[in-house]
Amino acid sequence: MFNVIRKWLDERFGWEELMAPLRHKKVPLHKFSAWYFLGGMTLFLFGIQVVTGILLLLYYRPSANEAFESVQYIMTRVQFGWLIRSIHSWSANLMIFFAFAHMFSVAFLRAYRKPRELTWVSGILLLFLVLGFGFSGYLLPWNTLAFFATKVGTEITGQVPVVGHAMLVFLRGGEEVTGATLTRFFGFHVALLPGITTALLALHILLIQRLGMSAPPSVEAEWAASPEKKREMSFFPNFMLREMMAWYIALGILGALAAIAPWELGTKADPFAAAPAGIKPEWYFLFMFQTLKMIPAKVGFIDGEVLGVLLFGLGGLLWLLLPFFDRGERRSARWTMGALVFVVAYVVAMTVYGHVAK
Amino acid sequence: METQEHAAVQPGRRRLAQFILGGGFVATVVSFLYPVLRYLVPPMLPDLGGDEVVAAKVGDLKPNSYKIFRFGSRPGLLVYTADSEYRAMSATCTHLSCIVQYRGDLREVWCACHNGMYDLNGRNISGPPPRPLDAYQVHVRGDEIVVSRKREA
Repeated sequence: MFNVIRKWLDERFGWEELMAPLRHKKVPLHKFSAWYFLGGMTLFLFGIQVVTGILLLLYYRPSANEAFESVQYIMTRVQFGWLIRSIHSWSANLMIFFAFAHMFSVAFLRAYRKPRELTWVSGILLLFLVLGFGFSGYLLPWNTLAFFATKVGTEITGQVPVVGHAMLVFLRGGEEVTGATLTRFFGFHVALLPGITTALLALHILLIQRLGMSAPPSVEAEWAASPEKKREMSFFPNFMLREMMAWYIALGILGALAAIAPWELGTKADPFAAAPAGIKPEWYFLFMFQTLKMIPAKVGFIDGEVLGVLLFGLGGLLWLLLPFFDRGERRSARWTMGALVFVVAYVVAMTVYGHVAK
Repeated sequence: METQEHAAVQPGRRRLAQFILGGGFVATVVSFLYPVLRYLVPPMLPDLGGDEVVAAKVGDLKPNSYKIFRFGSRPGLLVYTADSEYRAMSATCTHLSCIVQYRGDLREVWCACHNGMYDLNGRNISGPPPRPLDAYQVHVRGDEIVVSRKREA
């Protein structure tokens, strides 16, 4: 049956030739090979987001009067609605976690080296997009926490010198966070961001297919010294099957998490109520949030908030350009490794601090 | 080294392993698809209409005119005939569910979508409609015009 279809396709546009790169692609086997699973896991969770997101669209209504009620309706009236929404929320958080883990593993294994600079750049842009998904999706249930998170988040955007105010108005659809903001964020979340993400994701995966998996420098050196030690596995079907096993387990964990700890809805947003005590952004924004809290109101002649935003902007840019700083010589490699350790330590420490801080 | 006997049981074991793995996979797919399929079915909305509704006030309608009123979640048609009689029926055309209207010039109920015609009792008299419109009972109670479903005998 499959053979007949394959033959039919092959006769018409060379299916076998099209699939050949998949078969040629090899996955290097060494003690760090487990890290190769993280990217695929992020991709799988993205797929879950697309499917559950489309399902939520069947009942969700993007307006200030109806958004909260429609999510409430999904959670209470629609059969298995609570499950679909909980999976969407859990999978979103796990996807962001795996995107970060994938990024840091790539950084530490220095997989961004020539010729894979653009794979890194596209990956970092994808991470920014994923954070955009998180930020825009968070508002959609139109509950109190989401309302204030969006108010603060967009206010921070407004601190950017020169273009800040224009960006704030663009994001909010006005001067304040209102129903207009909700409709806008909905558009970003279900149309704009998915469109850009799909294109970038295609590029990212195409580059990986084209360039193959990178082996870490230490392993590469070892293999160059003694070629008989080199070990590899075919990507298709061997590695692919292992990945699918991991996805299968992930799906099970996801279902269990959603069933044991369904996502809460909270209370409906009220633009004229005081912010609740202990309000915090989602964990993936905590390190920035905590940093901004710690910078004093004035540093010399410059506002603390403005300084923080500028520093994070600069940090993000440097991070994006990381492959171009690591030239591969001993000295720059050591500097890069030091910087990496610092970044990870900073992000983890600030996240934990932000979590426990009052 | 594999013994002859050991080699002989291999195909059976493989088939068993394939059965367990394949069966497990299919069971998982089903268990994940089932909630999705159930999710796709929209919850039934309760029909809050009841059996009786105030369709209009006396004096709202001039003779030989009509209005569309809400009967539960569906539209109803109230006609005040040229002979000063009230008639009520379902306003949903039995052809393809457009909403019908009363034509004063023809003294008949007309559906604009596909030129279906009904008489003032709701009987389909020309055009594509396959069935008559459900006729309702009309009572004037004080200054209210009350429309109710006909009780099935």
